[in-house]
Amino acid sequence: MANDTMTSVATLMRDSQKEILADWVDQQLKDPARTQAVPESSLRASSNEFLSIFQEAIQKGNLDNMAAPEWEGARKMLSELSASRALQGSTPSETASFIFSLKEPLFALINKQLGAGNIASSEAIVRYSKVLDQLGLYTFESFQKSREAVIRRQQKDMLEMSTPVIKLWEGVVAVPLIGTLDSARTQIVMENLLQAIVDTNSKVAILDITGVPTVDTQTAQHLIKTVSATRLMGADCIVSGIRPQIAQTIVHLGIDIQDITTKALMSDAIREAMERTGWSVIRNTSQES
Amino acid sequence: MARENLEFGDGVLLQHCALQTEDDLVLARAAIKLHSTDLGFSKLNQTKIVTAASELGRNVLEHGLGGHLKIDAIDQFGRKGLRLIFEDNGPGILDMELALTDGYTSKKGLGLGLTGSKRLMDEFSIESQPGEGTTVMVIKWT
Ligand SMILES: Nc1ncnc2c1ncn2[C@@H]1O[C@H](COP(=O)(O)OP(=O)(O)O)[C@@H](O)[C@H]1O
Ligand SMILES: [Mg+2]
Repeated sequence: MANDTMTSVATLMRDSQKEILADWVDQQLKDPARTQAVPESSLRASSNEFLSIFQEAIQKGNLDNMAAPEWEGARKMLSELSASRALQGSTPSETASFIFSLKEPLFALINKQLGAGNIASSEAIVRYSKVLDQLGLYTFESFQKSREAVIRRQQKDMLEMSTPVIKLWEGVVAVPLIGTLDSARTQIVMENLLQAIVDTNSKVAILDITGVPTVDTQTAQHLIKTVSATRLMGADCIVSGIRPQIAQTIVHLGIDIQDITTKALMSDAIREAMERTGWSVIRNTSQES
Repeated sequence: MARENLEFGDGVLLQHCALQTEDDLVLARAAIKLHSTDLGFSKLNQTKIVTAASELGRNVLEHGLGGHLKIDAIDQFGRKGLRLIFEDNGPGILDMELALTDGYTSKKGLGLGLTGSKRLMDEFSIESQPGEGTTVMVIKWT
């Protein structure tokens, strides 16, 4: 008898899809948690698509396990929906209530068809309530996962943005480093720098560490690694922006940076780089003060 | 286990920092910078203290499997100083003489963390029980 109820609900949904859709979309538009992130037209389209997928899935009879293959289509649609809503700036509860708001119209339909308050309709409502709870939770989790993916990508973007490689002159590129030079940062700096050296056919690279607060042995190792990689590309590397207290601390630590050309100021590094690439800077005497 | 170093007496606790992640170390460095500024250390000494702390804190993370740091202000017969105590319950150090050799590393470091921070600070003491953990205490006098 439970099976009869299930298939009858599936049939019922198919026959009254238009009616449910109208009710459901109304519910969603009324939702106080609704932001303006998703326009009504796309809400209606997603709702209609989900209703078709949903009634197809329940027709197959598995109402217990939403991880089963019968529900793959529904899961796929819900995770795509969550991903796009996470990007559009919807809230997690707004996204989850896409599913939860289907309860009312669906239960109203069940009551209408099977009669309110009898065993068959109560049983159907309990079962469908569980199904929608599971799908709602799944939507919520997918949304969360998409948000995390967005955040990770933004973090990566920020890492890349915070270590821009600047072409200073023909044959000279520079990277102003700001913040903590950890392993992840070093990797990105190195990749960007090496690519820029190739792209601009540069012969000298300047690494400026004015904005790096602490140079410990790990930071030094990362700098040394970057300088060596630059050399392997056939370019020279100058490290500039070494404040006096940092220079002293490096000496006390016992780090050997004899091999590396260092300059106190970026302007010294630029002068050196120009010389090495065969340029010279001459001040126009008439401009002299 | 009596690894607590009481050689320089009790200090006024300024801060307790967990050292479990690289982010904790960033926070610990910022805290030390703040406290050393408060105590009136010069820019140079601030840099030395923060750099030594960065070394010892990273050792706690990398070799000691995480631990914590106690920052306190001490006063010894009118002489004021900043004391840092790093403590972990990691594997400990089997060969202390080797660990305190310039350039020795059991991983892929430069092997200058312990010896370097000893040079950067005024006082340095280390105690370790293999299998139980390591405590490093450093002081910079104002
Ligand atoms: N807290 C610690 N716990 C266990 N071993 C440590 C600890 N600190 C240092 N060591 C050992 O001492 C060695 C030297 O430390 P250090 O001078 O900081 O060099 P590095 O960290 O570059 O290896 C380490 O390689 C490690 O074997
Ligand atoms: Mg170390």
